Amino acid sequence: MLYREAGQFKTSYQADMQIFPIRQDRIGMAVLLLLAFVAIPLLASDYWFQAILIPALIFSLAAIGLNILTGYAGQLSLGAAGFMAVGAFATYNFMLRIDGIPFLVAMVLGGICAALVGILFGLPSLRIKGFYLAVATLAAQFFILWVLVKFPWFSNYSSSGVITAQQVTILGWSVDTPVEKYLLTLAVVALLALAAKNLARTHTGRAWMAVRDMDVAAEVIGIPLMKTKLQAFAISSFYCGVAGALYAYTYLGTVEPEAFNLDLSFKILFMIIIGGVGTVLGSFFGAIFITLLPIFLNQIFHALFGNALPPALASNVELMIFGALIIFFLIVEPHGLARLWQIGKEKLRLWPFPH
Amino acid sequence: MTFFFEVLIAGLLSGMLYALVALGFVLIFKASGVFNFAQGALVYFAALTFVGVGEKLLNWFGWEAGSFLSFVGALLATLAAMVVVAIAVERFMLRGLVNQPLITLFMATIGLTFFLEGLAQLLWGSEVRRIELGIADEPVMWLMDSANLLVSKFDLTAAGIATVLVVLLSLFFQYTKTGRALRAVADDHQAALSIGVPLERIWVIVWVAAGIVALVAGLIWGARNGVQFALAFTALKALPVLILGGFTSVPGAIVGGLLIGAAEKLAEVYLGPLVGGGIDAWFPYVMALAFLLIRPEGLFGEKHIDRV
Repeated sequence: MLYREAGQFKTSYQADMQIFPIRQDRIGMAVLLLLAFVAIPLLASDYWFQAILIPALIFSLAAIGLNILTGYAGQLSLGAAGFMAVGAFATYNFMLRIDGIPFLVAMVLGGICAALVGILFGLPSLRIKGFYLAVATLAAQFFILWVLVKFPWFSNYSSSGVITAQQVTILGWSVDTPVEKYLLTLAVVALLALAAKNLARTHTGRAWMAVRDMDVAAEVIGIPLMKTKLQAFAISSFYCGVAGALYAYTYLGTVEPEAFNLDLSFKILFMIIIGGVGTVLGSFFGAIFITLLPIFLNQIFHALFGNALPPALASNVELMIFGALIIFFLIVEPHGLARLWQIGKEKLRLWPFPH
Repeated sequence: MTFFFEVLIAGLLSGMLYALVALGFVLIFKASGVFNFAQGALVYFAALTFVGVGEKLLNWFGWEAGSFLSFVGALLATLAAMVVVAIAVERFMLRGLVNQPLITLFMATIGLTFFLEGLAQLLWGSEVRRIELGIADEPVMWLMDSANLLVSKFDLTAAGIATVLVVLLSLFFQYTKTGRALRAVADDHQAALSIGVPLERIWVIVWVAAGIVALVAGLIWGARNGVQFALAFTALKALPVLILGGFTSVPGAIVGGLLIGAAEKLAEVYLGPLVGGGIDAWFPYVMALAFLLIRPEGLFGEKHIDRV
């Protein structure tokens, strides 16, 4: 009844091709943005910002990055965290070594560094496919971390390889409190998500999808494979790199290379699988889900047993439930939460008169 | 020169173990197309169960660890546990995921990894323990005297066991009815189903086989380095072996394992000091990657023909 596009006539190509063609979607998006930018900063507590909102947003960005590569261009990657590390450490070094460089510029430069590294490790994708490529991207993951640990120059010779994020100032606005950090993260994520959503609808995005669906056929119809694949690697790594920079500057503050280990790569991969492969929306769903799940499990455990459970036991049971839930989700909805959302919308369009 | 050979032999022997873990991957990939990331967790689970049962046996019957009775008891119990795991995996995981894209199955095995790691530690605790197999870890005197080479008896025995296992598996695949059915399933699920090969049972058998391989790998690694969580990462060591040898080839896993093991040790000893050491974390991957650029389907992988 409420969610129905009947009566909304498109009279120009532009109107037909806009990003949210249904008016209710536009209203919903506006409300969501208002909530995120105005209501949440007024209402949420510092714990919410630091433990849930900021990491969920950053992971969403990383998941969008991986989704561009794996979901849209079909190149399975297990090295997302490695590219995040490049972004974080490059941003740190730009901030450190260039006097008075604005944070946003350093962050974008960090992302570009990650993109360059991504292109380098994307080169094998021209020859190898599928799981062979997935394993090859592990090389990126291990190699990057090894370089960051082995060459102390990257962490400015700090004794344990830990970098401490510098003060972030944007045009005189110094970002200190959790609320401000949240707003900065949100702004960056929202912008880049919009860009990703649009990118997927352009020539480039369609070329990625063609390559994903069948690369030989794509090549036959004239899509340059090398350019398309490397483009996907570059843009995906750029997103991951920016996410890494935010991870260091607005979430953790101090970060060591080990924070970007293989577990984080898997976590991001989980996000896109559970959220929905090949959708920007799914990246958000997945990131929120994976961020909330451990907290949620923890809360349930506390509510059920108080502190009676030994922590080792609780963490093992948590691990088991996490694993089982992932399998369960894959079985029940292999196309991810985004698909559920889509089904819900389809149903809603016909409700309450399904004929 | 002696030193070079010692490093080479040590590399080949550890490569044998990589090959064992890779073998578990290959078995499952061949028969079900599942890229089983949980193989490392299986190794950990098997080794931990073996040790845990051994401790229980000591408590209940007073059988000393390393004695024959304790070894057989723990081995049988662990085998039973691996069968249960295989059946549960088929029943609760694979059956629900038939016809899903490979990446989904792959993710499910990562979920399984978490589950098994949690379960193993829940059942048996997470402290580091030793496995007593009753094989002395001392240099072989004969080689020491004649060629001045330092080769551990234990490593040689382990390599021997691994070889026997590989031969047995190859015979099983090649000459038994079940082995034929397994190869049929690997070739084409639907064709195999249509001539009456029971897919579910085949999957259970493959997972049991992978479980047995994991058990052997877990015992040997556990006896060498202690049973600890790092065992679960053996899977990561086996991945470059896999891409080097090809996902679908048993001999590929063996040759790849030996190559990677030897190259890793040699690189660590001769190249490592030049760049500050610790390169064994990524060297196998880069080596496998360089190799893939020349032969994208691995050493023995099936030649891939693209059709439109």
